[in-house]
Amino acid sequence: MTGVTERTRTIAAREGAGVIQVQAELVATRPVGAYQHLTFVAPGIADLARPGQFIAVAIGDATSSKLLRRAFSIHQVTPAGTYGDTVEVVVSAAGAGTQWLTAQPAGTSIDLIGPLGKPFPLPTSPVPCVLVGGGYGSAPLFWLAQALRERGCPVEIVLGAATHARLFGAALARTAADGVTITTDDGSAGVKGWVSDVLPEVFERSSAAVVYGCGPMGMLRSISELAAARGIVAQVAVEEAMACGVGVCMTCVMPIADDDGVTSMVRSCLSGPVFRGDRVRWDAWTDGICHVPDDALGSPGWAGSDPLPEGES
Amino acid sequence: MVTAAAVDLSVDLAGARLANPIMTASGCAANGPELHRFIDVAQLGAFVTKSVKANPQSGRGTPRMAETDSGMLNSIGLQGPGINAFIEKDLPWLRSVGARVIVSIAGSTAAEFATVTRSLVAAEAFDCVAAIEVNISCPNVANRGLVFACAPESSRQVISLVRAEAPHSVPLFAKLTPDVTDIVEIADAALDAGAHGLTMINTLLGIGIDTERLRPHLAGVTGGLSGPAIRPVAVRAIWQVHAAMRAGRLPLAPILGVGGVRTGTDALELVAAGASAIQVGTAIFNDPTAPIRVRDQVADLIAGHGFTRFTDVVGIAHERTA
Ligand SMILES: Cc1cc2nc3c(=O)[nH]c(=O)nc-3n(C[C@H](O)[C@H](O)[C@H](O)COP(=O)(O)OP(=O)(O)OC[C@H]3O[C@@H](n4cnc5c(N)ncnc54)[C@H](O)[C@@H]3O)c2cc1C
Ligand SMILES: Cc1cc2nc3c(=O)[nH]c(=O)nc-3n(C[C@H](O)[C@H](O)[C@H](O)COP(=O)(O)O)c2cc1C
Ligand code: FES
Repeated sequence: MTGVTERTRTIAAREGAGVIQVQAELVATRPVGAYQHLTFVAPGIADLARPGQFIAVAIGDATSSKLLRRAFSIHQVTPAGTYGDTVEVVVSAAGAGTQWLTAQPAGTSIDLIGPLGKPFPLPTSPVPCVLVGGGYGSAPLFWLAQALRERGCPVEIVLGAATHARLFGAALARTAADGVTITTDDGSAGVKGWVSDVLPEVFERSSAAVVYGCGPMGMLRSISELAAARGIVAQVAVEEAMACGVGVCMTCVMPIADDDGVTSMVRSCLSGPVFRGDRVRWDAWTDGICHVPDDALGSPGWAGSDPLPEGES
Repeated sequence: MVTAAAVDLSVDLAGARLANPIMTASGCAANGPELHRFIDVAQLGAFVTKSVKANPQSGRGTPRMAETDSGMLNSIGLQGPGINAFIEKDLPWLRSVGARVIVSIAGSTAAEFATVTRSLVAAEAFDCVAAIEVNISCPNVANRGLVFACAPESSRQVISLVRAEAPHSVPLFAKLTPDVTDIVEIADAALDAGAHGLTMINTLLGIGIDTERLRPHLAGVTGGLSGPAIRPVAVRAIWQVHAAMRAGRLPLAPILGVGGVRTGTDALELVAAGASAIQVGTAIFNDPTAPIRVRDQVADLIAGHGFTRFTDVVGIAHERTA
């Protein structure tokens, strides 16, 4: 372990913070279908992390023109040991930052912060659970499946993607779960269709009490609605554009209802990314834009508020 | 050879005595606890809070941000808890960890600024407040949403109303937008109306287009541009106002410099142009430890130049022009 940790450095690790910033070392990077699977030696993060949490990765060095961190769900952690203290993520090269990240060779030094956000809550009794992943959204589910099975929960995994190459972890799912169902939009693997086409049957067959979801927002919405109709608790890991990942910028908000039914714009990096499906105001999204619901606390339509004119910051 | 440790970083900003000149920029550090996981906010010269209005604000829809070359656009819409929740929860927390606080206030009308100030000064935790920053670079509903700091009259009006509510022992800093024809004229109006100093600069208005959807990137269409990309604009604004002070066209007053500071070298640019303190904003998103790192780098650089006090360097570039 010493050989590798000499090339890593802790930047911030405050007592009780539960999160650290490290100069990590990328020790392995390999393509998996349409994605790149990255393994970092990142001392200290593994011991703190739980399934559903994410890391925020800086793009380039301290002079990079891309200042904003990119968020990735933690796929797997390995606490200190022979190969120790690693964090793994599965990255889809989308825009400029993820293209840079997926092109880096092993040995690259990368600044990352984690673990961030709230993990998937685990049931207190051994109830049947269904885990649904869309595209790279399946990345955190195998680790979650392991934690659930350790508590005696029967686990079914449903994976969906546009096409075969965009499925992640079909083989992993078979070892991590008691049942696996696969769907692709084009029928190149598993059932042709969406996860929402197969979920009713999976829910029925497994007598699911809890469903966990991670993937595109549209998919999370249908999981939440199908679950709600059957009295199943949905826990979904959402995705909203983030600038900091650590709760200081207020860019990653979404409308979430609280216990009393009051909706407010909540930071998904801090209070999420995992939310109960029936608390997310899915009605607020149209065509990639999330509007502030009129009944949200402090919204322009809310009693006691003032109109919000055009402007900045 | 002066060592960094021997450099006196303390500053007196119109009566606000701070251990060092480095602060967070409003809206880039929330209200403390989140950043405190990475740096001890009590080590900052001051912690500047997110601009707070009278009532809770939901802010705008999303996307609220777009990355740009060496910067970003944001359209948060001043999301916040409102002044009552702020003084019940946020301010006492900052005080409990020993932070010196600069409270940033905002309003949609000049009267709202006064209301917010009145509640703030009555707060139990007010003794941790080193100064009030009046964010007049926010939209004025009474004037088609034009920002207050775009015109001398509306700047003057807000500052004088706040002045009337705030105790004289607490300095007021007017935060200016660079999106004006003559920033010296606005600075003059703000100082004349009772501001003790100025914070420069707020973000510049911009628009980004999502070229996949061929529509504006931000749900709110326009956003504020920030980050290293705007640093030369900040240096220019500070330069112009500080030059006017040196020339006797404006009363001498401290300038809190903000805009694109990521390193100690960046900070030194603003300081040499005339800033008496430095706020770090967007760079925090890249590196949450940036404010403390910048503080240490500034001390190193000042020592490297052979000075013993931070204040020796304030505005020095004006003495070294051809
Ligand atoms: C909690 C969470 C977990 C995620 N997990 C994964 C994962 O496991 N694997 C994976 O490939 N992707 C994941 N994403 C999405 C990933 O963060 C974005 O695809 C990535 O940030 C886009 O960066 P870019 O450089 O490709 O795009 P650019 O368009 O250059 O990004 C510009 C800016 O916008 C932000 N941004 C753009 N799209 C997104 C988005 N969809 N979500 C969040 N921020 C965005 C970026 O962070 C950056 O600040 C996750 C997002 C979140 C919020
Ligand atoms: C996400 C974000 C939110 C901001 N919110 C506020 C705010 O509430 N009040 C304010 O006066 N300035 C606000 N600003 C402006 C900053 O305080 C600062 O003036 C500006 O970003 C330039 O500095 P920088 O380049 O270091 O970020 C905000 C900036 C950003 C990026
Ligand atoms: S990403 Fe900055 S507050 Fe959530």
